[in-house]
Amino acid sequence: MSDKVDHSKRRWLFTATAAAGGVAAAGAGAPFVLSLMPSERAKAAGAPVEVDIGAITPGTMISIEWQGKPVWIVHRTKQMLDLLPKNNADLADPASSVPQQPAYCNNPNRSIKPEILVVLGICTHLGCSPTFRPEVAPPDLGEKWSGGWFCPCHGSRFDLAARVFKGVPAPTNLIIPPHKYLSDTKLLVGDDDTGGAA
Amino acid sequence: MMNLATKLVGWIDQRFPLVSTVKAHVTEYYAPKNFNFWYFFGSLALLVLVIQIVSGIFLTMNYKPDALFAFASVEYIMRDVQWGWLLRYIHSTGASMFFVVIYLHMFRGLMYGSYRNPRELLWIVGMILYLALMAEAFMGYLLPWGQMSFWGAQVIINLFSSVPVIGPDLAILIRGDYVVSDITLNRFFALHVIAIPLVLVLIVVAHLVALHHVGSNNPDGVEIKKYKDANGNPLDGIPFHPYYTVKDGVGAVGFLIVFCAVLFFAPDMGGYFLEYNNFVPANPMKTPEHIAPVWYFTPYYAILRAVPPMFGSQFPGVVAMGVATVIFFFLPWLDRGKVKSIRYRGPIYKAFLALFVVSFVGLGWLGLMPATPTYTVISRVLAVIYFAFFLLMPWYTKVDKCKPEPDRVTFK
Repeated sequence: MSDKVDHSKRRWLFTATAAAGGVAAAGAGAPFVLSLMPSERAKAAGAPVEVDIGAITPGTMISIEWQGKPVWIVHRTKQMLDLLPKNNADLADPASSVPQQPAYCNNPNRSIKPEILVVLGICTHLGCSPTFRPEVAPPDLGEKWSGGWFCPCHGSRFDLAARVFKGVPAPTNLIIPPHKYLSDTKLLVGDDDTGGAA
Repeated sequence: MMNLATKLVGWIDQRFPLVSTVKAHVTEYYAPKNFNFWYFFGSLALLVLVIQIVSGIFLTMNYKPDALFAFASVEYIMRDVQWGWLLRYIHSTGASMFFVVIYLHMFRGLMYGSYRNPRELLWIVGMILYLALMAEAFMGYLLPWGQMSFWGAQVIINLFSSVPVIGPDLAILIRGDYVVSDITLNRFFALHVIAIPLVLVLIVVAHLVALHHVGSNNPDGVEIKKYKDANGNPLDGIPFHPYYTVKDGVGAVGFLIVFCAVLFFAPDMGGYFLEYNNFVPANPMKTPEHIAPVWYFTPYYAILRAVPPMFGSQFPGVVAMGVATVIFFFLPWLDRGKVKSIRYRGPIYKAFLALFVVSFVGLGWLGLMPATPTYTVISRVLAVIYFAFFLLMPWYTKVDKCKPEPDRVTFK
């Protein structure tokens, strides 16, 4: 046995201990971090919601809760639909090229049935819930306004197809959630048979 | 009797450095003799921290961190718990007064160059405290589960989801849910009452240890350690106790008078300390007509709103807001001035500091207002001034014509 210190052995042992300790710490830390992710109950709350849309008066909307968020179902009148193309020049993404909707809603009305719009009522800016302003040319929103939503938080504007106007804080159109018709007046929000139960 | 006490201290001292610790930090900590009004705010921050911890502990005894009961439990504290209204208003007033005191404390640092060599680390530790305080205040604001609690948290957490690639998952990790929910409330409660207060107290200790190691700066910005007497104590220093314990005691009394005036006569401060919409229970289906953060966050909020979305993303605004807070960390290296204190700085620095104060206060006011086109333009101008103060600092502090510093502190 010599008194001489074997530095390279020490260095190796030090590195090996630190590495093993690091792996153990990361392993032990993982459950703590993962416990912060949504629980099974929180995930289950995202289940699809069935809605009866037969009673919505044309020109009005109802608001339902899906995944804890407001989902609006709007019954648009013929006149409202006719006014939609007029907004195109002032919109940031009139053709809905950013995938904020399922493929089956990627059309000028952003809906399955032209008159029924199903849309997530959460502003794409910072998550406030915009206010429904269906009237045409109200004094506070200006002459060009032909109905839509106005976000009270930061002033973003959307038309009645939930498409965002240019020059407002919100970067994209509102999200159209996956949905399908169970019958003429029964709508299922949150599932569309394509495995897209978002 | 006296003998017994001396013996006890001796017994302890052999086992724990009691006397030497008290000497090093209180009775023989030499602070410059020329401290003025601006030097009250460090000890006042410590006082508010104690007020917040004590009132907070008593609030948790009746508060319920549950989305179904939280709002009602706060009303229960206000109406039914004996003196509960006092505890709650002490805590809510304390939150705002904490920021009043801290902003003045930071401004003192700016005026007298307290962040300069050798106090860079002291400044950085202080900035970490400031960030921890902001997190503490933000999480505490969710707990009453009112409309502003809910929508404020919704907006701030959504800032994180604008981070490219990892953003949406990061927001889910923070909330523990797809929306701000009971789960979010529960974890914010845990962080607000245990995690961050522990961190705050530990870092306050580090802040004081660092301060007592390098020694306090003073309104003249000259080092008192240059000239020492025969015992090795600074000639221009006086022991913290009794001189500054007495002075800070006067400051504490004055501060408590103001504190109590707010507490008893205007606890909601006209909607600025406690926002009116927060007296309405949280409703995830409906955003209030006008939402704004509490006043102490509004300068940064105004900067966030001033930046337009770029490349279809809100992220640039979020970055600007983050940089606006973090940029303070770099002050010690941005400042190239020959002198530390504003007393001997030239006119350019004084002008920039004045403009910075105008932009900070102006942005704070604009952050409370709805974003009209005119206000947005003003916010943009003020935001540019805000950043110019920091980014142009290496240039203007260098070319500025400083007056000669005195050799020793000036004292009348």
